[in-house]
Amino acid sequence: MKRYSAFAIAKEALNNHQGWKRAWAKAQPKRKYDVIVVGAGGHGLATAYYLGKNFGIRNVAILEKGWLGGGNTGRNTTIIRSNYLQDPSAAIYEKARSLYETMSQDLNYNVMFSPRGVMMLAQTEHEVRGYKRTAAANAFQGVETEFIGPARVKELCPIMNIEGPRYPVLGALWQPRGGTARHDAVAWGYARACSAMGMDIIQKCEVTGVRSEGGRVVGVDTTKGAIDCDKLAMVVAGHCSHLAEMAGFRLPVESVALQALVSEPIKPCMDVVVMANTVHGYMSQSDKGEMVIGGGTDAFNNYTQRGSFHHIEETVRALVETFPMISRLKMLRQWGGIVDVTGDRSPILSKTPIEGIFVNCGWGTGGFKAIPGSGWGMAELIAKGHSPLTDEFGLNRFTEGRFIDESVAAGVAH
Amino acid sequence: MSTRLATQGRLINRDKRLEFTFNGKRLQGYEGDTLAAALLANDQMLVGRSFKYHRPRGILASGSEEPNALVNLGEGARLEPNQRATTTELFHGLTATSQNHFPSLEFDIGEINNSLARFLPAGFYYKTFIHPRFAWKHVFEPFIRQSAGLGKAPKEADADRYEHFYAFVDVLVIGGGVAGLQAARAAGEAGARVLLIEQEPHWGGRAPVDGAVIEGKPAEDWVKDTLQALEAMENVTLRNRMMGAGVYDHGYALGYERVADHIPGSDLPRHRLWRIRAKQIVTATGAIERPLSFAGNDIPGVMLATAVRDYVVNYGVSPGDRTVVVTNNDDAYRTALCLKRAGLDVPMIVDVRPLVTSPLATEALQAGIRVETGKGIAKVKGRKRVTGVALCLQAGEGSVIEEVKCDAVAMSGGFSPVVHLWSHCGGKLIWDEANAHFRPDPARAPTGAQGEAFVVTAGMASGAMTTGEVLADADAAGKAAARAAGFTPRRFAAPKAAEEPSEPMAPVWMMPQGASYDLRMKMWLDFQNDVKVSDVQLAAREGYESVEHTKRYTTLGMATDQGKLSNINGLAVLADALGEDIPQVGTTTFRPPYTPISMGAIAGEARGEIFQPLRRTPIHGWHEAHGAHWEPVGHWRRPYAYPKAGETVEEAVHREVLNTRRRVGLLDASTLGKIVVKGPDAGRFLDMLYTNMMSTLKVGRCRYGLMCNENGFLSDDGVVARIDEDTWLCHTTSGGADRIHQWMEEWLQTEWWDWKVYVANLTEQYAQIAVVGPDARHVLERLGGMDVSKETLPFMGWQEGKLGGFDARVFRISFSGELSYEIAVPASQGLAFWEALMEVGEAYGMQPYGTEALHIMRAEKGFIMIGDETDGTVIPQDLGLHWAISKKKEDYLGKRAQARSFMDNPDRWQLVGLETLDGSVLPDGCYAIGEGTNANGQAEMFGRVTSTYYSPTLGRGIAMGLVHNGPQRMGEVIRFGTPDKSFVEARIVDPVFYDKEGEKQNV
Amino acid sequence: MLILTCPYCGVTGEETEFAAGGEAHLKRFGPGSSDAEFESYLFARKNEKGVTFERWRHANGCGKWFHAARCTVTLEVFGTYKAQVTEPPKEILAAIRKRRPGWEPAA
Repeated sequence: MKRYSAFAIAKEALNNHQGWKRAWAKAQPKRKYDVIVVGAGGHGLATAYYLGKNFGIRNVAILEKGWLGGGNTGRNTTIIRSNYLQDPSAAIYEKARSLYETMSQDLNYNVMFSPRGVMMLAQTEHEVRGYKRTAAANAFQGVETEFIGPARVKELCPIMNIEGPRYPVLGALWQPRGGTARHDAVAWGYARACSAMGMDIIQKCEVTGVRSEGGRVVGVDTTKGAIDCDKLAMVVAGHCSHLAEMAGFRLPVESVALQALVSEPIKPCMDVVVMANTVHGYMSQSDKGEMVIGGGTDAFNNYTQRGSFHHIEETVRALVETFPMISRLKMLRQWGGIVDVTGDRSPILSKTPIEGIFVNCGWGTGGFKAIPGSGWGMAELIAKGHSPLTDEFGLNRFTEGRFIDESVAAGVAH
Repeated sequence: MSTRLATQGRLINRDKRLEFTFNGKRLQGYEGDTLAAALLANDQMLVGRSFKYHRPRGILASGSEEPNALVNLGEGARLEPNQRATTTELFHGLTATSQNHFPSLEFDIGEINNSLARFLPAGFYYKTFIHPRFAWKHVFEPFIRQSAGLGKAPKEADADRYEHFYAFVDVLVIGGGVAGLQAARAAGEAGARVLLIEQEPHWGGRAPVDGAVIEGKPAEDWVKDTLQALEAMENVTLRNRMMGAGVYDHGYALGYERVADHIPGSDLPRHRLWRIRAKQIVTATGAIERPLSFAGNDIPGVMLATAVRDYVVNYGVSPGDRTVVVTNNDDAYRTALCLKRAGLDVPMIVDVRPLVTSPLATEALQAGIRVETGKGIAKVKGRKRVTGVALCLQAGEGSVIEEVKCDAVAMSGGFSPVVHLWSHCGGKLIWDEANAHFRPDPARAPTGAQGEAFVVTAGMASGAMTTGEVLADADAAGKAAARAAGFTPRRFAAPKAAEEPSEPMAPVWMMPQGASYDLRMKMWLDFQNDVKVSDVQLAAREGYESVEHTKRYTTLGMATDQGKLSNINGLAVLADALGEDIPQVGTTTFRPPYTPISMGAIAGEARGEIFQPLRRTPIHGWHEAHGAHWEPVGHWRRPYAYPKAGETVEEAVHREVLNTRRRVGLLDASTLGKIVVKGPDAGRFLDMLYTNMMSTLKVGRCRYGLMCNENGFLSDDGVVARIDEDTWLCHTTSGGADRIHQWMEEWLQTEWWDWKVYVANLTEQYAQIAVVGPDARHVLERLGGMDVSKETLPFMGWQEGKLGGFDARVFRISFSGELSYEIAVPASQGLAFWEALMEVGEAYGMQPYGTEALHIMRAEKGFIMIGDETDGTVIPQDLGLHWAISKKKEDYLGKRAQARSFMDNPDRWQLVGLETLDGSVLPDGCYAIGEGTNANGQAEMFGRVTSTYYSPTLGRGIAMGLVHNGPQRMGEVIRFGTPDKSFVEARIVDPVFYDKEGEKQNV
Repeated sequence: MLILTCPYCGVTGEETEFAAGGEAHLKRFGPGSSDAEFESYLFARKNEKGVTFERWRHANGCGKWFHAARCTVTLEVFGTYKAQVTEPPKEILAAIRKRRPGWEPAA
């Protein structure tokens, strides 16, 4: 792998940039792999990367029915935070956040992790208590957060109207090392690193069947032929039910459309990420200058990657109320993604009824921030059979009634 | 130079001069001008700077596809960044400033990026700024952010207003060019309700500019006549300045009407968002001309050929004195002829096609214009303005044959139908080889609620290229839409247009064909984002092969024009680099809106006080008048406390608690849910809903009940009163009323639909007021009319009657542990009743109290609060509420869930009281911290505080919490972590802190 | 923005007039059921990519719950029907097959 650096660019510039190699190799499927990862989104690629990096498992294929990073990895609003309430969530999201801190250096690919700080607004007394509780828990979970008052909110985000009138800002849960990253770069950076380890990333290769013998996985059928494997990781977000059905089991998951939008770019005016759960909206400003805005989900199952305008309207209304200056900005583009939501709104990283098949799904609206932590834990689960990061996220929790419910603190937005 | 011509200008009124400023310079234009036209008339070709390299940018187009001419429009509370000059109607007093430069438009320090362009290819930022780690956040990112962005960020709240409008039509026709007009006419004649919308202020689109002849008359006249005919039809509505912004599922469309952009300060709403339901949608959205890729095609003065023509014909403005036309098709010859007719110089038409013999070419030659075929532009000369072009062979590598002086270049790379609205909701495209463009595939239209196709394209949007074809296609589209909407089209023939013979265009994606790298890195694809041919080729080389990868890696098509000019050209370059066919590579996804729409329009009128409806109790006004400090609870506002002059909120709360405990207090409890459940099976139904037995409750009595969801978690609580043999009244929490009512309906309608039960939510039919405290009975007695003695109305009983002349239902229930009456009166009498109570209560020192005093008093008594002690993960068993869970019942909602291994388990966090050793108040929400850590290195936590208050009654902090095996650990001292990681010690105690025997409430 | 018709009051309205309520025809399991049955009742969902039967409530209208047969890929609606049934009525199945010949409901 040719290292990326300012020096390399300068050198290439003199050569009219003709010397740059492919970021990831073009690959055709081999007959058999130790591990097949289905889904070349952030989670799938990170799973493969840590299988190689942490466990030396490099005979790995990553299959992607479309183009890598083309699902929710490339459609989300790129917020990274770990101010979760429950221990298992705080653990995996903080692991992820800490890996984001060094991801650009680890992958030698600038993913532009920008720890600019994330605040979640408290606009009811109930939210105040909920976020104080989260801050109290975070202090002992190794997550750096604090509950801040309205004056500090205004100081950190001057464009905000903290005086209401409908929902005055009473405070916020502030995570100074939360932030954003360049979503596509995360997928590309991992893909490049996986390819450099000799793994095969096979795009436009759709899985059409899962083969198992005696309750154990033996391979998959794909649009590029049958491929054998010892272990299979399903990391396909909104399409996981479909894939699980091929393997013969059902998941506690539903797929719904989530929407987002961006404004036209403007000069920097907002240095932090703000989430307002009472009024349902969140916003940050990208390095390009666009205001990146997250909207709501449909309540019905939907595979169209688009959604209803009324969610956009609801979100924009909330944000115009919270940030009156955006009224004269313009919405440039809206889009949708298909997110998979579980019964307790927390993800599933688990073994399955079929031996050798592992599933990673159910991230709902908040998967991007978890990518490295999810990959790290998933790799350990696949390699060793369990991982402290994933143990609590097993499928068995739904039978036992042992839920990981994050909506309890206050809002439910990711 | 660009200047105003003495003739032409069909859209301007030369009798009305308008003054405006650009970058502080005072300039003049005419009524009817766009800002772009007026700027050109004042020789202001340089209007901005590009995003990445800060290169000089001039006006390129004449419509909404414009990528360059973006300005900050207006000031202060009316500042709008990134406003397109080409679609901004000039008005008197307009102020505009150019964007993305420092210190000035003419001299921009950011242009250093341009000199370094070789070192800043596509995606360079992914490959550098990696080390040292902290530098990204503190050095590189701030620098990139400052140099990126475009317009100024508004600082003030918007001074304008916006509104929404709803429309339901049979046929929505989007686009008011000749195609849209004819489609609307055909649909209208069939009797369909038609809404025809046009984004520009003017009707007719390109045809009048191009000199088309329809039905033997100039297009201009045909447009006038057709408009007249349409206006005469009652079933047709016409709306200009209104863009079709998006097409959504099941025939939903958004119209974006710019009502008052051109008349700022009027009392009209600035924008109106139309939410349209149409049975059928006709998109007559025309086509957009593509630029050509040659070196220096971004230098101010290089424009689209149609735009040059538009400025001359529509506004009487010449973009240049000497214009070289470069083209791969016939249409650009019209521009050359138009310039010539206007008395301007056209030194040369450069046509890549080897041989051109069409009538337009002949006409050009006859007009004395030199036509160079088989040639291309090697490069454009100039920096802030075109000074000339260098000619080369298209088939070659760019050796210069000749240099031609000129101050403008008109380019045409062919036309792409506007397929955005067709594609928004899933319409598919096919590649048209002859015209080298994607056009809608009528066989794969967007489908609606019944699976039916609901969008049909008309005219150039379908790929029709001559006026005759356009009209025939549009006529058919209008008729087809009417038919699909259930109407019978009339059998009128489509209008005929004069023949427009032309020769096929030649797809050319790079000029010259064998251009060197140095030329390719100066061929702009995306003018705003600075994406060049070389960038797309680099992306392909590096494996970013999917069209989405290329777009995201290079930012091609991601600018504010969303690639209207750049996408097809970029796609073709990508396909070429990959050695694939263009259709195989495919397009990126078209997303709404067609052009950006204001956030204000999306939000509409829902701002400030009417952002969300506010629910008010009948006594809301009194609270407001008496200085209530509010707390939002759901959509309600409840008084948190009533601070008096000179009193803090906290002091007020303490006063209210003490006054209630010692004398008597008054609470507006109207927000509590009140749901009546009635019918022969009502008892059976409530036994399923509540964990305890409600069917055995005696008429005249009340019982506290718990409701769980099917997951076993406690979801609501409240007092149930049995009204008569088959009627129960269920009280819910304030936030729970609607939810619980729906919950009841859901079970009755979808599971136990044969049970004879009705439920009705009466929450807002009654005002409910709690009279609480040792003197509560005296107050009611003084009001008179009802025997409220212990004997007649004992604790947990209720009765109905007159109280002080009011129709009242009085419940003897207590959430404070005091002698307490909750009295429901009809909502209309609520305020009068409250005031009557205040009056008689005065003698007893009665004072109103708010929600915080309520919370403190319930916590002193160890009563749980839904939302505090519960959070959706707590089961009643955790809260020591076993007494409220019937052992006799076979089933209730949540029972099976509570039998799961993790729940049917004594090893859970359970409710206890907590007292700090020093009497201080435990911090909100803090956790009990053990000694060890878990496998993820997190401190062991074994409990948490659920409610914590300073008790004015007891003079110290009290708290409730859930602690692992808590009830077995009475007396144990445990430590709680605070957010600053220090610890507070607290003793586990009984959660009832006050009046443990319950003597005070039962008197 | 979907259009749905309430089979009770007959009103055809916008999606915003209704509230979606998840998979239809779930069989309730209460006390006495196995862990697997109960878990499946609460959580396992078909999550069909294609024709689905789902619950809706005419929330801002007559308040009734009803069912819809809808495709989650094209979003077309094959029909709506009253909620007091344990499986889709024959005419709904026929309506689906008319537009999707050969379609069979998932187990």
